[in-house]
Amino acid sequence: MLQVVLACVPGTAALWFYFGYGVLINLVWLCVLAVGLEALVLILRQRPVLVYLRDYSAVVTAVLLAVALPPTAPWWLGLCGIFFAIVIAKHLYGGLGYNPFNPAMVGYAALLLAFPVPMTRWLLPAGVTQALPDIGTSFALFLDHDIHTGIDAYTGATPLDKFRQHHALLVSEFWKGTAVMGQWSGVGWEWVNAGFLGGGLYLLHKKIISWHIPLSFLLAMTLLAALFYDGGSSQSHGSPLMHLFGGATMLGAFFIATDPVTAATTTRGKLVYGALVGSVVFVIRAFGAYPDGVAFAVLIGNLAAPLIDRCTQPRTFGHSK
Amino acid sequence: MTDILLLLIGATLANNFVLTQQPAVYPLNSAAGKLRSVIVLAAITSLVLMLSSVGNYWVYNFLLLPFGLAFLRTVIYLLVIATLASLSGVVISKTAPEFSRLSGLFTLLITTNAAALGLALVNDNNSSSFPATVVYGLGTAAGFSLLLILFSVLRERLMFVDVPQPFQGPAIALITAGLVSLAFMGFAGLV
Repeated sequence: MLQVVLACVPGTAALWFYFGYGVLINLVWLCVLAVGLEALVLILRQRPVLVYLRDYSAVVTAVLLAVALPPTAPWWLGLCGIFFAIVIAKHLYGGLGYNPFNPAMVGYAALLLAFPVPMTRWLLPAGVTQALPDIGTSFALFLDHDIHTGIDAYTGATPLDKFRQHHALLVSEFWKGTAVMGQWSGVGWEWVNAGFLGGGLYLLHKKIISWHIPLSFLLAMTLLAALFYDGGSSQSHGSPLMHLFGGATMLGAFFIATDPVTAATTTRGKLVYGALVGSVVFVIRAFGAYPDGVAFAVLIGNLAAPLIDRCTQPRTFGHSK
Repeated sequence: MTDILLLLIGATLANNFVLTQQPAVYPLNSAAGKLRSVIVLAAITSLVLMLSSVGNYWVYNFLLLPFGLAFLRTVIYLLVIATLASLSGVVISKTAPEFSRLSGLFTLLITTNAAALGLALVNDNNSSSFPATVVYGLGTAAGFSLLLILFSVLRERLMFVDVPQPFQGPAIALITAGLVSLAFMGFAGLV
């Protein structure tokens, strides 16, 4: 599991570079809370604490949730999210290996529904905004002080959110007139996604994850995006490149959908599962109410995973079907 | 055409009856068992849901409204649903004898499935047209079947899970239903 944390470094570094210290504060805060809550539950259930803490699964959950939270998140947002993730989604089902739903994504989805305003208060990336909040301002935001003065200067809609409102403009016109759009996707987000892609390839190289889920995830998304691209007209739902390098695509494909506990486990099942999650992400982005849909799509995939496994059981060697 | 399609998607995914209006959680939790019998239950429930929503539409518009008896609708609807459900029980035991042992349970589960009643009441409240009633019934049936099948396989997996004592049984099943509902919130806004 430590390898997974290591593989998150490039993507997280890109997030830090473009969105400032809030990313690191979230990261540290959630890791501390996750380990604390995990230990608390283990003590309550009279299990050996150190043995279970050493699998680092709580830290991985904390990292995945932390990079998904907006960098302006106040302390209680992270607390609620990680409580949902570690206590409800994981330990009520008996802990690591039993949970049917991805803990980090349960935490994220619950936060998004319960606290939509702080959950969508993203910063403008470095390069678009004059200056990112310095470390003091980041701490003030974290402690929930002083939110209404000055923070509006830093915040703005994320590129995927902006793109949903391109209405009557051609994609090329929209791109020119919108500062947060970069080369292929949003400024900063392309590098964040490139970072997570790099980390994902490292995990593939180390054989910690298999290629089936990420490949079918990205392929399904690319195909659907190409189908609805519409040549960049005013009705377009965005180019495949914008979707591949926008939002949480690479994080979702390599780090979240590949969770060995909650994903499908048979080889064919993994391909179906990845394609299902990738398609739902695109459908939510293009037609749903939310700008990004990785969390919901992964939860839908988790729900379908037992049935997918059931329907794709391989033939036992030596037996006909 | 688009309206009808949106209504269908809405009833199946975005406003899934079981998850948004919560009248049908009971059969969801009681239906554990072999995948085959769950699929049969889903199919029969779907049929009864559709027939009863159409039947209740006729009863409401051609019987209750003209005679000014709309206040009786809840009782009458239950009567229609129970009749259809018992009929389905008879049909099962005649056509699929291997399930005849379960047909009593099926009839009970369908009659007490508040989705059928809820569907009819929602249709009245929206004063839906006849095609809309049929499509809404179809969508609700599809949404219910989808959840029933997914949930029964998921529950099978949950049987081997080391749930803390206070949360065992219906508690963890309801928490799971809550998390499923959380996942389905992603489809909000599709329609």
